[in-house]
Amino acid sequence: MPLPIHNVLGILSDNLKNRKGVIPLSPGKVDAWTRGLDIPFGGDTIIYTGQMYQLIPSINSMSSMMAKFEDSWITRFFGMGRIMNRIINISWFMALGSGKEQKVYDNILRNIAILLKTAGVEFGYLYGKELYSGALVYDEGIDDVFREHAHKVFRTFKENGVKQVITVDPHTTNMLKSVYPKFIDGYDLITKSYLEILAEKDLKCVRQLPLELVVHDSCVYARHESIVDEPRRLLKTAGATIHVPELSGRLTQCCGGPLESLFPGKAHQVAQKRLAQLADCGNSIVTMCPICMANLKRAANNTLEIKDISEHLVNGYCMLDL
Amino acid sequence: MLKTDAQFVKCVKADTEFNAFACINCGSCTALCPLGIDLHPRTLFRYVLIGARDKVLQNTGNIYSCLLCKMCEDNCPADVPIAENIRSLRSYINRDVFRLSRG
Repeated sequence: MPLPIHNVLGILSDNLKNRKGVIPLSPGKVDAWTRGLDIPFGGDTIIYTGQMYQLIPSINSMSSMMAKFEDSWITRFFGMGRIMNRIINISWFMALGSGKEQKVYDNILRNIAILLKTAGVEFGYLYGKELYSGALVYDEGIDDVFREHAHKVFRTFKENGVKQVITVDPHTTNMLKSVYPKFIDGYDLITKSYLEILAEKDLKCVRQLPLELVVHDSCVYARHESIVDEPRRLLKTAGATIHVPELSGRLTQCCGGPLESLFPGKAHQVAQKRLAQLADCGNSIVTMCPICMANLKRAANNTLEIKDISEHLVNGYCMLDL
Repeated sequence: MLKTDAQFVKCVKADTEFNAFACINCGSCTALCPLGIDLHPRTLFRYVLIGARDKVLQNTGNIYSCLLCKMCEDNCPADVPIAENIRSLRSYINRDVFRLSRG
């Protein structure tokens, strides 16, 4: 029996409504990546992670459990699970991500912050007050819950004097740039992805990267937000040689990640298909979306190197002891 | 026999921006879908436009399988907002079939 769509969506939307996250994270997990970076609280311009990178270890753990449940007798009890979840946060038990993985994803956020600082961008952060953007609930069409949550996020920004938001992943960028304005009257936040900001700056390469990289464009960046050239320009200026599969840029093929909560099996098949296209061009893959990175990594099972773009950029543009 | 409901499109459009009237049934969406799902947007949208609610609901799994990746939409010669239409159908099902907000 496939996963019961209505109960899975019910659990995710109940969580967003009552616990402010589809998979609620503790404030400590949300802002652990900031340690030692001296980022001030709040301000006109903030970096907004939308908790996406921090969520990946939990999503991975949840997805692997859901893949085991898919087509099993356990799916019959999801209705009961939804009722229980209203009292006890069952997703907390199902989504215990590994600490080692958490460090990997936290490090991506640290890289992004260091890159912005190197580019001379001044920004703050909302720390424990930062909320998830609601992207998954929007995609699944749970509009009443999404609307309420989007207003909550917007209110938090306004109460803390935020005017400009720097986003770090495609899904959150799309939410704040293109979706929130449709749901919130008087929405006036200026949003840019960190890749757009870095590409506008005259960043000097401090270390040439003698790398042959295969770029996997995020479909949300490429087709929803037309962000295609910026990552390529940044990588090329840092000395990397870029290879692209036949389906790339605006024609990029989805990694399958958006299906992981309802159809983990299909998500895996799409990721394998995409991985084969990428592997034809080389064995060092670059992603720019946490969902792409997680889904492709699961499908690759350590057979290919898959890294977030920020890891290469920080090596090329920042003075760090390597 | 195909049962139709003239009010169905109105219900789908109640809180959403569903719009498939421009679809010319060319099949570009079908050809480009990375999932190769059993039912493709052009067929699904026809069901909505003629009010075939039962046919639409028989395809609930396909509706939620869509990646919303916009490969079809970006290459649609008639500029049909395919991803938003799929989202609209999800929104309709969540509201009127699953009754998600009521638990």
